Amino acid sequence: MKWSKKDLLGIRELSKEEILLILDSADSFKDISRREVKKVPTLRGKTVITLFYEPSTRTRTSFEIAAKRLSADTINISANTSSHVKGETLKDTARNLESMRPDVIVIRHNMPGAPHMLSRIVDSSVINAGDGAHEHPTQALLDLFTMREKKDRIDGLNITIVGDIAHSRVARSNIFALRHFNTRITCSGPPTMIPPDIESLGVHVEYDMNRAVKDADVIMMLRIQKERGGISYIPSVKEYSIIYGLKAEHLKKAKKDVIIMHPGPMNRGVEITDEVADGPYSVILDQVENGVAVRMAILYLLTGREA
Amino acid sequence: MKILIKKGRVIDPKNGRDEILDIFINGGIIEKIDKNIREKVDNVHVIDASGLIVAPGLIDMHVHLREPGYEYKESIRTGTMAAVKGGFTSVVCMANTDPVNDNKSVTEFIIKQAKVEGVCRVFPCGAITRNLKGEELAEIGEMYAAGIVAISDDGKSVKNSETLRKALEYAKLFHIPVISHCEDEDLSKGFVHEGKASVMSGLDAVPAIAEEIIVKRDMAIAQYVNSPLHLTHISSGGSVDAIGEMKRRYNQITCDTCPHYFTLTDKATLSFDTNTKVNPPLRSKEDVDAMKEGLRNETIDIIATDHAPHDVTSKDVEFNIATSGISGLETAFGLSLALVHEGVLSMKTLLKKFTENPAKLLKLPHGELTPGSPADIIIFNPDLEWTVDRNTFASKGKNTPFHGWNLKGKNLLTIVDGKIVYRDPAFK
Ligand SMILES: [Zn+2]
Repeated sequence: MKWSKKDLLGIRELSKEEILLILDSADSFKDISRREVKKVPTLRGKTVITLFYEPSTRTRTSFEIAAKRLSADTINISANTSSHVKGETLKDTARNLESMRPDVIVIRHNMPGAPHMLSRIVDSSVINAGDGAHEHPTQALLDLFTMREKKDRIDGLNITIVGDIAHSRVARSNIFALRHFNTRITCSGPPTMIPPDIESLGVHVEYDMNRAVKDADVIMMLRIQKERGGISYIPSVKEYSIIYGLKAEHLKKAKKDVIIMHPGPMNRGVEITDEVADGPYSVILDQVENGVAVRMAILYLLTGREA
Repeated sequence: MKILIKKGRVIDPKNGRDEILDIFINGGIIEKIDKNIREKVDNVHVIDASGLIVAPGLIDMHVHLREPGYEYKESIRTGTMAAVKGGFTSVVCMANTDPVNDNKSVTEFIIKQAKVEGVCRVFPCGAITRNLKGEELAEIGEMYAAGIVAISDDGKSVKNSETLRKALEYAKLFHIPVISHCEDEDLSKGFVHEGKASVMSGLDAVPAIAEEIIVKRDMAIAQYVNSPLHLTHISSGGSVDAIGEMKRRYNQITCDTCPHYFTLTDKATLSFDTNTKVNPPLRSKEDVDAMKEGLRNETIDIIATDHAPHDVTSKDVEFNIATSGISGLETAFGLSLALVHEGVLSMKTLLKKFTENPAKLLKLPHGELTPGSPADIIIFNPDLEWTVDRNTFASKGKNTPFHGWNLKGKNLLTIVDGKIVYRDPAFK
């Protein structure tokens, strides 16, 4: 199949075929990153702008490396949402950027729907690099890529997602992606961090962490979103780490070959202990490496689409 | 001016009328309603209404005309032009202008401006509290003397229960309703309904109980002090249940809902279209069904628009920071006629919620076709299909989620005080 969409705004809009197309493309791009000369001319002459309204060194760098390995020119723009009074700036910024004729704009924004708004204004392809608590599609795709790489399959997996589900765009995008496959998804975390209607997305809720990790093939830990007021949903970080922090003892209840994922950055000692984060089951660094490959695949597909 | 409306199907819920009749209007008054009126006088403008419905002009008890202070969003002129186009001959304008309508000078300004600029009747609603702050009572008596027909802090609830109690007690002096916007502000720090759609969009959400809790509190206070209370723009099924239950025990409760609450679900917000952002938010399918049932079983007395026009820059931003509201006057009747086409309401019952019921609540001498009463009349075609085009709105507010929708039923002619103030191009 061929890619036909102008943008990558969310997993919600993707079909299973489109998800698999990205994952399969990422397979070949991963090889490039492991060569001595990590560069191909695929996107030579193309311009990729990263427009970040929220600081994120990790995701921005990953996109930038992906673009550079494909020989695209990259420009970073960091905008400050606190300075954009009433939000006219996003529209104005979009119009300004569009007049520079970029091929792709990667946007991160603290408000859901901002990439959708951007995509309506510009002709360039828009990639959502995280919009508030809504979606983080490239993260979910790299998570699926990592699961498939480590488990040779996605179908049949028991996946447990632990933490602030309500405010997590990573959880949302992963759920949207995983429900295309025959998986069992369990969400766990304090009841204040689990939205009342989450089960309508086809997931199970298990507040008890010990039961939630039982027989898990994949345990995905989420960060407490301090910047989204995450702290006000729990009495204290200390109490949270006691009840929901992932510790070595939890792994004994999971499948023997369980993998531990985390979208980063981690609050070590809070949602995950050092022992687990750095232990043999952790694939957290693989996720980072795969992030570049998946983003290369997406840039390639978006810029190569037939007009 | 003398007008003779011939052969229309006259439906007037107040007088229990539904038959083919002629209406003769003279000097702003309905002079005669009868079969086959033959006036021999000269200078009579004859309107052939055969095949059409003739009804009392609609009354919208909840609009925002934005003047004074926000004329760039709407003015009394443009708001009333939108009203008559939509079939409304009377509107009640809310107090959240700048300055707030919390004293008689603002009330007088609105009334004076409406006389000069308005094309339909405008009845101001005064604030309950000074500057809508929820603290001290506004000068309700002076505003009443100047012409307000109700009081409301619409835009927010009166947070302090003691203040609301005083307002309900004090308003008894003037026999005017207290109109309550029901929203627990601590529970409503969000932009959309809390439900499946918000789980998908990640937008900060407001649970239905944020409305229901205040509905119940306000009704409890009203019952305790034995005052009338009107609950406006009700959106949740839980509220309808609570109101229905209270109405069986206490007969001074009334409520309204708006067309968008029985037409759209929260699914519409998944587009991140800021025109779907309203307060209270669009709710679930179950709530929409409950609105229809509430309208059918008469728990919901009135349909109002909550016409909330906004300028483009207030809406052309990210969902979180967009202002709430729909420019509703020009689509309300068309959307509501769907209730008749779907078989939810009879035509007479629908019209009752737009005419007799609001007139009764506000004690207005309108909303009826009675000889001797003011000639506020509309003529509409319930079956005419048309497409909503916001670019043709008379309102300055082009903020509608219904742009491009096909509606069935349209107002064609509006008469206010015996004068034709709107004639649709589709009316030959
Ligand atoms: Zn309101």
